Amino acid sequence: MDGENVNSVIELRLPSRLGFEKIAMSTASSVAKLMGFAPDRVEDLKTAVAEACINAMEHGNKLDESLIVGVFLSMNETSLEVKVLDTGTGPPEGVHTPDMDKKMHGEEASRGMGMFLIQSLVDEAEWVSAPLTGSYARLVIRLNKTED
Amino acid sequence: MAEFSTKVKMEQVKCASGDPITVLRFAGDITSSSEPAVLGTYGGLSPETSKRILLDFSKVEYLNSSGIALIIQLLYAASQKGQTVQTFGLTPHFQKVFTMVGITKYTKIYPDEAAACAGFD
Repeated sequence: MDGENVNSVIELRLPSRLGFEKIAMSTASSVAKLMGFAPDRVEDLKTAVAEACINAMEHGNKLDESLIVGVFLSMNETSLEVKVLDTGTGPPEGVHTPDMDKKMHGEEASRGMGMFLIQSLVDEAEWVSAPLTGSYARLVIRLNKTED
Repeated sequence: MAEFSTKVKMEQVKCASGDPITVLRFAGDITSSSEPAVLGTYGGLSPETSKRILLDFSKVEYLNSSGIALIIQLLYAASQKGQTVQTFGLTPHFQKVFTMVGITKYTKIYPDEAAACAGFD
């Protein structure tokens, strides 16, 4: 993109079927590349978007394929925001940092790392619970973030 | 459209000292539907003859947190059986992710197979 005042939104509607998160990943990857994000940031975004979609399909929409996961990618000059919407009530608790020692001793479930990965990989992450209108995860990556 | 399948190929190689190493070569996707391929293949290994195990991720196209959870289960089972597991072929991104979640405390990550084999010696 050429630095004009671009403020565009791309919308995807995905069935709640595991595997379809790859469509959101590919789209987010394409948009981020067009915006000029570095390859490592594109990989971060792909994983974060995939995890947000999987959470929305599994936990929000209970894998009911008739329920849609909405993915909205909003780009501006400095950042890319991705909102992933489902019909659920939102996550019951906040982000849990995995404890590998507990996992390796069978004291903590091996799964349940999605929200942690999302929060770790993007510049901003929030989960908004809105049972009546649908809940969403909101992720933001910024162009001016220096590479790790 | 569905998730792509997980392929796991098992090979026996020898490290420089001549000790046998079992290599599990993953290909395709590693996701929540990969349990039979990942844990089923691992479960078929004999703890007596497969003391050293290498996980090869070089042909994995897609790995998500559910797939990582399966790898954690494999590492847990291996630790219970006294097996040593080392890893290679992860992209820089997934090396970072493995480090973030703390897996690297239980399996060392190497850039390639030769380095991973040498790591057992």
